[in-house]
Amino acid sequence: MKLNPGQIFLAAFLVNNIILMRFIGLCPFFGVSTSVSTSIGMSAAVLFVMLLASWVSWVLYHAMLLPLGLVFLRTAVFILVIAALVQFVEMFLKRYIRNLYSAMGIYLPLITTNCAILAVTFFNINYNFNLLQATVFALGTAAGFALAIILFAAIRERLDDAPISPAFKGYPIAFIGAALVSLAFMGFTALFGIS
Amino acid sequence: MNSKPSRISYLTSGIIKENPTLILMIGLCPTLATTVTARDALGMAAAASFVLICSNIAISAIRKLVPDSVRIPIFIIIISTFVTIIDYVMQAYQPDLYRVLGVFVPLIVVNCIILGRAEAFAYHHGIFDSFLDGLGKSLGFTLVLFIMGSLRELFGAGTFFGSPVLPAAYRSAPMLFAIFPPGAFLLIGLLKALVNKLGWGR
Repeated sequence: MKLNPGQIFLAAFLVNNIILMRFIGLCPFFGVSTSVSTSIGMSAAVLFVMLLASWVSWVLYHAMLLPLGLVFLRTAVFILVIAALVQFVEMFLKRYIRNLYSAMGIYLPLITTNCAILAVTFFNINYNFNLLQATVFALGTAAGFALAIILFAAIRERLDDAPISPAFKGYPIAFIGAALVSLAFMGFTALFGIS
Repeated sequence: MNSKPSRISYLTSGIIKENPTLILMIGLCPTLATTVTARDALGMAAAASFVLICSNIAISAIRKLVPDSVRIPIFIIIISTFVTIIDYVMQAYQPDLYRVLGVFVPLIVVNCIILGRAEAFAYHHGIFDSFLDGLGKSLGFTLVLFIMGSLRELFGAGTFFGSPVLPAAYRSAPMLFAIFPPGAFLLIGLLKALVNKLGWGR
């Protein structure tokens, strides 16, 4: 891995955009992107949990699973870490930071089954990132998630008023919209990427 | 639960009427990401089906021992056990396929179809019924992945399971759009529109 942190950020943000290029995290992408405000709340929650999950899973993997030869347990450990982390963050915000809790509280439980979080913890391991690279990668991925979902929510708000044939209303036109947004993102593939 | 649905309906409802991908719109990530060729699509469908059927059976078998308040973590542990098994089996026996599917094999653990069936069905039904339900939902999921994979491979490479179908002139300059991410979004959009038009799932 010869990429510097800036390149890792850009690659995670645009070139290998987690939703539009890698197809990870599609359920919240289509489920929550009905309005711009809910998309912003969801993006904030994803950023928060993704960063924490990356750190905790990275440290657990390198300090516990690897030295003890328990690498085969990583799937189970990572998903439980994320589930526990989401619960903990929810309780912490509810108790100490009420404003933030009311802004993104309802999105937190949904994040446990958001595959984007779990995927980032796996990518951090698969790409042999160090802790700094993992942090930058998580930040870039979360930013890419936010960009895709907020852009797309703005498009879907317009689509609600557009005259669309009944068979295409709802999901089909959303998919086709996503195809066009994804086509635009393909323009970045010539830059550089992580693979 | 007055009129008990017949056992056959557990099996058949998942294929079209409650198709997980096209009607319930869950489990979309593998449907779009792992359908570049028909072979990849079937490989992914087989892995997910194995996990779904086994976890349905296991959860149904221990459902009376599981306290209500901790059922979700227990489901997740059971599912991740089967995911780990299939992860290592594929790595050992299908290394090429495993390289293509990559991170999507461990990501089966967060596939909403599997946790959804555990919560909605296996936790309340017997072992055989849960097996039928898992099998039916797996068939529905496999069907959609197979359609997506075949069409994308046909348009994007002119082949079907790796053997040439369309004339060489097409294969030398195929519609690459179909195997790129935008093509997957477009195709599932058109499939969903077709399903709406035919009125399935209503």
